[in-house]
Amino acid sequence: MLPLNIVVCVKQVANPDYFSQITLDPETGAIQREKVPSILNPMDENALEEALKLRDKYSGKVTVISMGPPQAREVLEWSLTLGADEAILLCDRAFAAGDTLATAHVLAAGIREICPCDIIFCGNEAADGATQQVGPQIAELLGFPHITNVNELVVREDKTAVVKRIIEYGYLKIEVQLPVLIAVSREINQPRAATAEGILTLGDKVFKTWTLNEIKVNPKDIGLEGSPTRVSGVFEQKNERRREVLQGALEDMVNTAIEELRQEELV
Amino acid sequence: MSANKEVWIWAEQRNGRLMDVSLQILGKAGELARDIGGSAAAILIGDEVRGLAEELIAHGADKVFTFSDPRLRLYQSDAYTRLISELVEERKPEIMLLGATSIGMDLAPSVAARVGTGLTAHCCGLNMGAIDGQLKLIASVPGWGGGMIVNIVCPKHVPQMATVSPGVAQKPERSGQNNGEIIAMKANLDDDDFRAQTVEIFEEQPNGIQIDQAEIVISGGYGMKSAGGFGSLKELAALLGAAVGGTRPALDEGWIRESSLIGVSGKIISPKLLITIGASGANHYTAGFVKAGMVVAINNDPEAAIFDVCDMGIVGDCAEVLDVMIEKLK
Repeated sequence: MLPLNIVVCVKQVANPDYFSQITLDPETGAIQREKVPSILNPMDENALEEALKLRDKYSGKVTVISMGPPQAREVLEWSLTLGADEAILLCDRAFAAGDTLATAHVLAAGIREICPCDIIFCGNEAADGATQQVGPQIAELLGFPHITNVNELVVREDKTAVVKRIIEYGYLKIEVQLPVLIAVSREINQPRAATAEGILTLGDKVFKTWTLNEIKVNPKDIGLEGSPTRVSGVFEQKNERRREVLQGALEDMVNTAIEELRQEELV
Repeated sequence: MSANKEVWIWAEQRNGRLMDVSLQILGKAGELARDIGGSAAAILIGDEVRGLAEELIAHGADKVFTFSDPRLRLYQSDAYTRLISELVEERKPEIMLLGATSIGMDLAPSVAARVGTGLTAHCCGLNMGAIDGQLKLIASVPGWGGGMIVNIVCPKHVPQMATVSPGVAQKPERSGQNNGEIIAMKANLDDDDFRAQTVEIFEEQPNGIQIDQAEIVISGGYGMKSAGGFGSLKELAALLGAAVGGTRPALDEGWIRESSLIGVSGKIISPKLLITIGASGANHYTAGFVKAGMVVAINNDPEAAIFDVCDMGIVGDCAEVLDVMIEKLK
């Protein structure tokens, strides 16, 4: 039954360490994020790692796929360097400004071109939007079952899998027959580091860029037109506080703080 | 597009207990229903759920649709998606809310994709407002890690769907006087409803008080690494009768559980006092305690962003500050 044809959905995101530098233009209200560097979404590294581990165990192929602007090529190349076999960038102005459903339509259409596939991996959430929606929506559009927030995955020779997914105070154990979409949590594994070999073989890997012409999707389902939701306003969230940084020796600072907390009857 | 003037929630049960957030969003559904001159209804799926349906009515549901079957006792993504989607397509409620629990976040996107409507994630506010001259749901979400609030609308599709973070809405008072209708639905399950089949739930109810209910929360971040973990932080919490929470890195380190994560993808908390220790102050964390009373921040880096969102800040070695604090409070 094996080898496995595995797809990993990845996203280029603004580095969360720099989110506090994202501001609104006071005049236009537009989001200003010029100085914020982009990275591969951290949880997608765990998704890729899980895919690479399975391929190394059972043989097969790992294809990374992303929807984004031309510069999203960077995170796909990084994924190839880490060990993915092929990369597909879904890139077309018609895809832009889509919400999660419109984005899922594009990614599902891209994946359909390389189906049949056994497992689709995603990170459970992107560091920027953090909606956790696109993975399950891709699964729904492809008719795959899905399991999110996965922290343990065992795939057996007969293409069945046993999965643990985290819930608030424990976990669910889920059994599934492939194909399936799995959205992974950070706890599932420790992503590998890039190797010299990975860097040297990057040029030999297959990299495809597909536009609207290369995939089968209804233009009404994608981009702004295909998005049931839209943004009606953006505001900076003020977390106004006293911001008093205490001074003095450590003991004095702690004393001052505790005294005030006692006065306010908080402790 | 015509829709029933109904605001629905999915009422989540685990092991026969209703999730708190489900009652919270039921309260919110009642408010929104009053705004649009309609009623609030719940969908409840499980096994032998009549007692829970009555609880929902006691908390303000005008109607409860139940699907009851032994195979539905645990969350089954395929079956739950189909049952909810079919009922939604048949009855066309105006709005549908789900609690943003780990399971709600799994279920809501599939339902939205199947029904072909819009879904807004992890809402921190829900209001009715005029959009293109019509009264629509305006769902507020923390954007860019919580530094921004983004308002999202779904003007042309029903239901307008949203997942709502725990702690955003108030759980309504229970009243035995409420009237409501329980409508038992037939599930007609088949094998396709169990492609991904949940076979077991493991739940360990946490000991002690939780971050979304506690008056005092002590929270730690990655800076507790050099302090050797959460040991002394937990000692301080025990001393104050406080709940222990933490940041995403603290969760990744295994110091806290998912249920104690504070922030955009965890819980929104509103204790009277929050002491945050060794957290640098990333937006997606600080957005989780905008509604806290007093915030005391401890960090060794005077430049840390956490000092911009605290009332009192102490710059110092986290382990040392904790030791002195524990000493003084004993």
